Amino acid sequence: MATQLEPDIHADEDAFRTEVQQFLAANFPDELKNKGNALAGVDGPTDETPAMTAWREAVGERGWGTPTWPKQYGGGGLTKAQAKIIDQEFAKAGAYNPIGGMGVMMFGPTLLEYGSEEQKMEHIPPICRGEIRWCQGYSEPNAGSDLANLQTFAEDKGDHYIVNGQKTWTSGGQWADKCFAIVRTDKSDKHRGISFMLIDMDAPGVEVRPITMISGTSPFCETFFDNVKVPKANLVGEEGQGWTIGKRLLQHERTNISGGGRLASMMGQSLGDIAKKYGETDAAGELADKVLRDKIADFEIRWNSFLLTARRAVEESKAQGGVSEISSVLKKLGTKLSQERSELLIEIRGLQGLGWEGEEFTDGELEAVRGWLFGKATTIYGGSTEIQNNIIAKRVLGMLDHQ
Amino acid sequence: MAVLNEEQEMLRDMARDWATNESPVTEFRKVRASGEPHAYNTDAYATMAEMGWAGVIIPEEHGGSDFGFLSAGLVVEELGKTLTASPLVATTIAASAIVLGGSDEQKAKWLPKLASGETVATLAIDEGAHHDPSAIETSVSGGKLTGKKAFVHEAHGADLFVVAAKDGLYLVEKGDGVSLTTRKLTDQRSHADMNFDGAAAEKLEGGGDSLLDDVLDRARVLTAAEMLGMAQQVFDTTLDYLKQRVQFNQVLATFQALQHRMADLFADLAQMRSAVEAGLQAVDGGFGVAHAATIAKAEANRVLHTISNQGIQLHGGIGMTDEYDVGFYLKRARVLESAWGSSSYLKDRYAKLASY
Repeated sequence: MATQLEPDIHADEDAFRTEVQQFLAANFPDELKNKGNALAGVDGPTDETPAMTAWREAVGERGWGTPTWPKQYGGGGLTKAQAKIIDQEFAKAGAYNPIGGMGVMMFGPTLLEYGSEEQKMEHIPPICRGEIRWCQGYSEPNAGSDLANLQTFAEDKGDHYIVNGQKTWTSGGQWADKCFAIVRTDKSDKHRGISFMLIDMDAPGVEVRPITMISGTSPFCETFFDNVKVPKANLVGEEGQGWTIGKRLLQHERTNISGGGRLASMMGQSLGDIAKKYGETDAAGELADKVLRDKIADFEIRWNSFLLTARRAVEESKAQGGVSEISSVLKKLGTKLSQERSELLIEIRGLQGLGWEGEEFTDGELEAVRGWLFGKATTIYGGSTEIQNNIIAKRVLGMLDHQ
Repeated sequence: MAVLNEEQEMLRDMARDWATNESPVTEFRKVRASGEPHAYNTDAYATMAEMGWAGVIIPEEHGGSDFGFLSAGLVVEELGKTLTASPLVATTIAASAIVLGGSDEQKAKWLPKLASGETVATLAIDEGAHHDPSAIETSVSGGKLTGKKAFVHEAHGADLFVVAAKDGLYLVEKGDGVSLTTRKLTDQRSHADMNFDGAAAEKLEGGGDSLLDDVLDRARVLTAAEMLGMAQQVFDTTLDYLKQRVQFNQVLATFQALQHRMADLFADLAQMRSAVEAGLQAVDGGFGVAHAATIAKAEANRVLHTISNQGIQLHGGIGMTDEYDVGFYLKRARVLESAWGSSSYLKDRYAKLASY
């Protein structure tokens, strides 16, 4: 093939689009059309059907579930423009990305940045193929917002560590194969005594207990480590570098919580339209309950300005080649507004909107109730709203610590 | 801040430099002290027009630069920061009515004069203390317009009025059959109740059925841009103050209660800026204008209301003094919140647009 110094980008993109379309036609099973990805959620896996396995393997083999990750580790090695084409074509075909979960959203990007060559070769390819589920070992009973207060201790035993302690709020811990954890390797220094290591969930001494939440689901677990042996090869970065690496990973988490398409799709239907189904309308076709109508409009205006802010943050980041200073407010705003929406949805539906179970409620009504309850976690995890306020005040606004 | 092109950046920087150096709040104090009913410095407005600011949305063939509403909003935002008193916003909105609805003759007659600053113009729509374009009694018969208009902005300095009558918008020149009564509001700017008694009127025949709404949406986004400048300034000034003021041997900025309040206001301001800029851009793009303008003004109302109140509270006692500027922003804020739609009006309009 002749080498082109200035490739015709548009022709290349068109060719790639055709390639994606052909791939979908050849590999995407009809029966999975408009289904979600079981691996991406924290609600736990559904049993993989043969069609699902085949689809995961087909996408994983090409690295197209992680399209921009380097090819040598199993990623697609594609440009952002090509990744967008994959998104668009998958969406058009009603195909989900079968490669997901915390490995893709949080751990992979962090390991690519901080991991050794051996670690990347070992851990990234199975993530790209969707073979391994990762969970996050961060919070502890006494280390929530004050995360650096964590006490789980890894004792140096020469070629390995012995880990003892307890993690909590381990999302999907009961289904995970491996855990990326921050643990204490030095008790004398709060922040520099923390290291980032990888722990096998089936190693002897690891015990997982699901926690039942107010929503009735158990997406989180308590994870206990009782003399768990972790080889030194599983230390990421240097000993004592765990706080730096761990915080970097949290940035990926925040991006996923706030800007996520999940939030946007959740907000798809106009509350006004829902309210018209559940309540009376007047002669003008307007909601007869004017107080409720006012509340809904008030909410939707602010929701719109949040979406515009998310879009502006992306545009500014692109133009500046760095993170926009308003990115820091997105998690705080997005989580608060989605909670508000859930509350409004209940007000619109009345007691019909508070069903716990039963055929008298639609699936949509029941899901909204569980979503309302589980949604209370969004302003707590990933750095609570109060922590976000500290970050905005100190880092963005330059307000000082108490002297 | 929206991503700007080079022309827009130059325009904004020029406006920022001029407002900061030539038109700080001390200039507004001079205008207030002068007691003149038109309530702006005519030399300053002539300079603004010379810099091209009165013609930003006027087509080049009629003496403007046709940069559009986002550009006009950048200038207005900077002027809002220093509370620069001028008929720029009123004239720009009136010009947009002529651009949208004027005949070729009307455009050729008025737009060059509006762009050059020779003529000052303003909108006269509402007939009561609340914005309500559905309740217009003013009527026209045989080219003579009769009716009353309430709280018309920049009325004292205006040579030309764009007046809403039952059947559309009309151009009315200052003169026979046009009289005004000063209504002094908290912002110390020009406002008047107007009486049109058989005044000669020329209809804006173009622009279709939605002309009035389209003009009002332009008024909403440009007013919101002025409010954005004000909110930004109050926020910045308040933050500076918190970093300097010492109580309990600590600068106030170290207190977490105040840090979190400022973080909330920062998030509000981010939403306001996004909404206002999107409103201006929607006018330029010509798509979804009513929706975007409603959101822009509603968010401007909500956030400036909060920030102007918090500006006083966070300054403490000194914020209550006339000597300190922050009170001026509060007093102008409420006037602009009421202009072209209060929060309740805009929420109703949003719901109507969304068919609920």
